[in-house]
Amino acid sequence: MTYTMWIILTGCLVGVTCGVTGSILVLRKMSMIADAISHTVLLGIVGAFFVTQSLNGVPMLIGAGIVGILTALFVEMLHSSGVQSDAAIGIVFTSLFALGVVLISFIGDQVHLDVQHALMGEIAFVPWDTLTINGVSYGPVAVWMLGAVLIINLLLIILFYKEIKMSTFDAQFATLIGVPVVLIHYLLMTMVSLSTVASFDSVGAILVVAMLIVPGATAYLLTDRFLVLLILSGVIGILSALMGYWFAVQLNVSIAGSMAVATGVLFLAAFLFSPKQGVITRKFRNSKEETIQQSA
Amino acid sequence: MEAVTSFFSSANLQWVLIGSLLLGFASGVIGSFVLLKKQSLISDAMAHAALPGVCIVYILFQVKSVPFLLAGAAVTSLIATQSIQTIVNRSRIKTDAAIGIIISVFFGLGIVLLTYIQQNSSGNQAGLDSFIFGQAASLVRSDVQLIAIGAFVLIILTALFFKEFKISIFDPQFARGIGLPVTFFNGVLLFLVVAVVVIGIQMVGVVLIAALLITPPISARYWTDRLGLMTILAGIFGAISGVSGAVLSTALHNLPTGPVIVLSASLIFFISLLFGSRKGLLFKGVRHA
Repeated sequence: MTYTMWIILTGCLVGVTCGVTGSILVLRKMSMIADAISHTVLLGIVGAFFVTQSLNGVPMLIGAGIVGILTALFVEMLHSSGVQSDAAIGIVFTSLFALGVVLISFIGDQVHLDVQHALMGEIAFVPWDTLTINGVSYGPVAVWMLGAVLIINLLLIILFYKEIKMSTFDAQFATLIGVPVVLIHYLLMTMVSLSTVASFDSVGAILVVAMLIVPGATAYLLTDRFLVLLILSGVIGILSALMGYWFAVQLNVSIAGSMAVATGVLFLAAFLFSPKQGVITRKFRNSKEETIQQSA
Repeated sequence: MEAVTSFFSSANLQWVLIGSLLLGFASGVIGSFVLLKKQSLISDAMAHAALPGVCIVYILFQVKSVPFLLAGAAVTSLIATQSIQTIVNRSRIKTDAAIGIIISVFFGLGIVLLTYIQQNSSGNQAGLDSFIFGQAASLVRSDVQLIAIGAFVLIILTALFFKEFKISIFDPQFARGIGLPVTFFNGVLLFLVVAVVVIGIQMVGVVLIAALLITPPISARYWTDRLGLMTILAGIFGAISGVSGAVLSTALHNLPTGPVIVLSASLIFFISLLFGSRKGLLFKGVRHA
């Protein structure tokens, strides 16, 4: 595989992994939790570095998973103690993110972990950081990590499909018939944290937020069915990655940034032209109905 | 010791201190109203959306004059707020997702433009990326004066309209009944929020400035139920965070200012959460016992 192919593959994997997981969050009105977690995993990564003194994949995943769940937990605690939920999210993620950034400044130049990197990632370096066993190179570490997380997420979604669907659309009913709603909640939080940290290194926090929220929201404008929504979000994620990459290469700008913009462009298209929900489509349909009524 | 005195007597630092103090106070006070209107995260979107504005002005006019850049920031912030409203009103996307979409897409655009500037300009773009996390140490005197004077004006404006804000937030119907132009005052408040975000981004950065609007007012809620006292307390908490953050980050080099300011605010929040006289955990425990 060529250098370019690896980058495109990484972008697409980020798109699928985050898109599918994030669409569930959009339905559950938890988009901002996703935003919060994708900022706070930075603290988990820095923490893992302080413990192991290396930027190894597995401790990073564990650290990020822990901080991700802690974020959800803190927000929940503050909310139940009477702080309104948006402010609770705001306090928790800004605090933990600020702590992560300050700690990074203490690490200094020892590792290739810095603030810019954390925000924007460096997908251009992904192909060089390869997984090497016994001198044989098996492709970029990022691709392996993203692939593994994607498989874990898909397995979890398939295994708990009914539970996730039910607790998303009717939490009360789900509780009533014995679905472990709280467990599903934290399961999703774990999935978000894993997706975030696997993507973080290559594309940074900003694109992770974009890929988690925007493809899901776009798909939500295009379909009413849960399964279609999941698949569509993944497809839109991939499409955004491809469009973003093409645009970034044309203008020689940040790949992660332009993938985020691409998700926005696709959302705008759906917002205006979605067959059922689009603003312009609806207007057009209304005026057509009017003329039909008038001619009748 | 001598180092410490000369550190504090440097004229530039005095302006930084005044600037961060007034900025902190202004954002705490304005943040209190934002909190009551349940718009804390919208302010985060406004802040993130300021970045593309700064870059667009720079690309179009090739100037680094700070007031121009900040005017651009204000425009894109307002566009972002408007877009969130439009998405919520015109589609079935809920507010939280709309905020998330706007934050990430606008900030992504900001990053794209920032890298575009880095590729295409002759190296004098340095400083634009300090808008992301803020850098008090790199501020020149005119920047800090802008922050200080701007924040001061915002504080005066808020004090002038305090009663009108209070009524139109708590009881809009009553406010309309007595002939108060509620929509107008909502507009004024929106303007104040954008203004405080915009003047603050140089010092705190677009990523974290929202914390300065969110955290101090929440901390103040743990000490009082009265709006007047709450706004003043929030202002004081904000001012303490601002000053301590600016001093620490200037004293310890390569610490970014914004995150340190936010950590100070978080520390005050934590103390309030535990010991607050109205709703603090300890106090609740004592009352239960």
